[in-house]
Amino acid sequence: MKDISLHVLDIMQNSAAANAERICVEIRTDKNTGILEIMIGDNGCGMDSELLSRVDDPFSTTRTTRKVGLGIPLFKASAEQSGGSFEISSEKGFGTKVTARFAIDNIDRPPLGDIAGVITDMAAAYPEVGIQLLLKNGNQKFEFDSRQVAGQLGEVPISEFAVVKWLREYIGEGIKDILGGVLNEINS
Amino acid sequence: MKSIAELEEIRKKTLDKINMSAKKDGMRIVVGMATCGIAAGARPVMNTLVEELGKRHINDVPVTMTGCIGVCRLEPIVEVYNADGTKVTYVKMNPEKAVRVVAEHIVNGRVCQDLTIGAAESAGK
Repeated sequence: MKDISLHVLDIMQNSAAANAERICVEIRTDKNTGILEIMIGDNGCGMDSELLSRVDDPFSTTRTTRKVGLGIPLFKASAEQSGGSFEISSEKGFGTKVTARFAIDNIDRPPLGDIAGVITDMAAAYPEVGIQLLLKNGNQKFEFDSRQVAGQLGEVPISEFAVVKWLREYIGEGIKDILGGVLNEINS
Repeated sequence: MKSIAELEEIRKKTLDKINMSAKKDGMRIVVGMATCGIAAGARPVMNTLVEELGKRHINDVPVTMTGCIGVCRLEPIVEVYNADGTKVTYVKMNPEKAVRVVAEHIVNGRVCQDLTIGAAESAGK
């Protein structure tokens, strides 16, 4: 995966496949610790402890089309090789939470990538799911909720081109505002 | 700074358009967006499809995502469902090929034979 947003998209697809009604992405940066934390949480079907224990094994997957599942192992490897850490917790029937931490200044940390595009496309592709984004750096924060957008739009779908374009810009501005200058790939 | 309230304007503008076009032919596009597709570059392909349709003001052809289609070695994969229920599977896609699919298949109804799974599989034999 070329950047962090692609991992986020991949994990969010898992959440959607787990029939989540709400998928929440949180991106936090901390200047003092120099850590970038990415959390993806859902209220989908969750996993039992047996599946959870082997979920970071590439040869474990719930898909039926083939025998390997690389989404979680790749995300884990990406975090760990850039001086970070990776955790996954889940409870059957309640949901799953994936947390990856990256050392911001590590040379192997992938760039954040097109988070605005990923969140927008997920909101457009899964109108029945509440897609939330929270960006936090110190006291500054930016919040987005696709339910709020759907409420505002009424009968117009989020997938409408004009809406998609607007959402990308809107979330993009939020990312610039909160993470600009903190992550050196984003200009403030 | 933008505000969510600005969407009200977009809502009003788009509402009339939607009523006019109201799903006239039922064509739709599906992009494989599992680990295999994403790693192979399905994101830029999907972005291009959405942009090209937007440029041409085609509002009635939805672009959606799906999981692993099962032939990961041929990703990125784009499936076009025609109005009559038939499906064309395009493989090893990239943004340039996506532009062609929109122009030739979606707009003009001509299948890009050389990009289909059939062409890729017979070439590999």
